[in-house]
Amino acid sequence: MRTVIGLEVHAQLLTKTKLFCSCSAAYFGAPPNAHTCPVCLGMPGALPVLNERAVEYALKAALALHCEIPARSVFARKNYFYPDLPKGYQISQYEEPLALRGYLELPTGKRVRIRRLHLEEDAGKLLHRPEGYSLVDLNRAGVPLIEIVSEPDLSSPEEARLYMEELRRVLRYLGVCSGDMEEGSLRCDANVSVSPDERLGTKTEIKNMNSFRAIEEALKFEVARQRALVEKGHPIEQATLTWNEALGRTELMRSKEEAEDYRYFPEPDLVPLQIDDAWRERVKRSLPELPAQKRARWMQEYKLPEYDISVLTDERSVAEYFESVVGLYPHPKDVSNWMMSEILRLLKESQTMEIALKPEHFARVLEMVSSGQINRTVAKDVIAESFKTGKAPDEIVRARGLSQISDEQALAEIVAKVLAENPKAVADFQSGKEAAIGFLQGQVMKATGGKADPKKTREMLLQRLRAT
Amino acid sequence: MITREDVLHIAKLARLQLSEEQIALFQEQLGKILGYFQELEKLDTSSVPPMTHVLDLSNVLRPDEPRPSLSVEEALRNAPRSREGYFEVPRIVEKT
Ligand SMILES: [Zn+2]
Repeated sequence: MRTVIGLEVHAQLLTKTKLFCSCSAAYFGAPPNAHTCPVCLGMPGALPVLNERAVEYALKAALALHCEIPARSVFARKNYFYPDLPKGYQISQYEEPLALRGYLELPTGKRVRIRRLHLEEDAGKLLHRPEGYSLVDLNRAGVPLIEIVSEPDLSSPEEARLYMEELRRVLRYLGVCSGDMEEGSLRCDANVSVSPDERLGTKTEIKNMNSFRAIEEALKFEVARQRALVEKGHPIEQATLTWNEALGRTELMRSKEEAEDYRYFPEPDLVPLQIDDAWRERVKRSLPELPAQKRARWMQEYKLPEYDISVLTDERSVAEYFESVVGLYPHPKDVSNWMMSEILRLLKESQTMEIALKPEHFARVLEMVSSGQINRTVAKDVIAESFKTGKAPDEIVRARGLSQISDEQALAEIVAKVLAENPKAVADFQSGKEAAIGFLQGQVMKATGGKADPKKTREMLLQRLRAT
Repeated sequence: MITREDVLHIAKLARLQLSEEQIALFQEQLGKILGYFQELEKLDTSSVPPMTHVLDLSNVLRPDEPRPSLSVEEALRNAPRSREGYFEVPRIVEKT
């Protein structure tokens, strides 16, 4: 049976102000209704004026998604009554959206077509109180959104998740959306149908999926539900469903008979938007290298495994950090290994977005390891300390006396002492239990605080053990 | 022709409660308005682009610079009910 999924994504743009007024768009954590004015409160006579940066950001997203930009687009009123919408209509775009016909390339290489991308304003927030009333906060009312509608090109719940992850990655690379799904900065609705043949089945719409996992789980549930019905020969009812995360199932929000009647018409308070070639080209030139391009280039240039590339290109700042380090220490796989094991862990623990360790400091540590000045265990400590304090690796090594002991004489004394203190292990080795050397080596490491050169230690131990 | 059901549907979308007299009145008036449009539809407008605005203007934009908002007190001043800085409205169960 064939599964057909299309996604409708809403992404909040990272502008300072709202889409049609100069109120701050930073609604998160603000006191209720502290960011409102006559425009976003929907007071009669107040006129909206379009935010230039919101247009710029929407264009960036549209061009990154390879969309066509019509010469002109028009805003429209979408009418419905709900207390989170003070004007009684949402300003959106309908017949003439900002962008049309693009695509997003997934890491699998599949291209998912984008039908349209348009600008619209967000609604306010409602708090439902058990005492029998609801509270309205209009700080979010008027915050700029882009709506990105895909064609029904996705053929499984996994693919829908991949699409959403890649779209988030692109928007974050562009710096136009934070991509935070839990806070609602990035939201997703899905249309899903199944069909035993090439014809399209009746679709249902799923709302309220607040994480990548929720998207995949909700779609899996819904696909299974529809398949079971189709297999039994029952019809699928067109409906809007909501994902109940706690119960792990989709639930009916409304059936088709109650579907909304939005009575769209052109917004008379806003003049058309015209994007000429010059504007479009200027925005196009400002686009950074996008995740798909970066992955392809890294494959060629650094010959890294696919897994390394996917991990290190996930965040633009991490990818750029990797490239700065490789610029200083040109051993990509080495840098990749250290980044995936140490740097990303420290980044996560630091709970910030930026890697605090300077690329030149990181490169210096890797040089010190490769020249044998410090061993890997010490290198981890130096990285952690430099990450935390910003101190140069050489300074840390010097201050803590961490330089690897490869000086023959110093090492020879310690080896001799360890052999003298561990007669049993020595006897074991000499009676043929070669594994005993591991224990002795560990003792040398312990005595030197991990600073002994492992290779030299082993050589020296073998030499002494065989000599006696 | 506008039916009684059309009038009731439009009234429902606009959250209006109409009396029987009003339903009859609006059925007649809306019917007339539609009639005028049917008259206009006789014209061949295939070569005339749709006019969305009277003014020949485009790209009226403003820079993305925050300006002071109203105080919460001012924002809530016209609200019939408010509470803890919020507008208070009758309980909303589900978006319809
Ligand atoms: Zn405002």
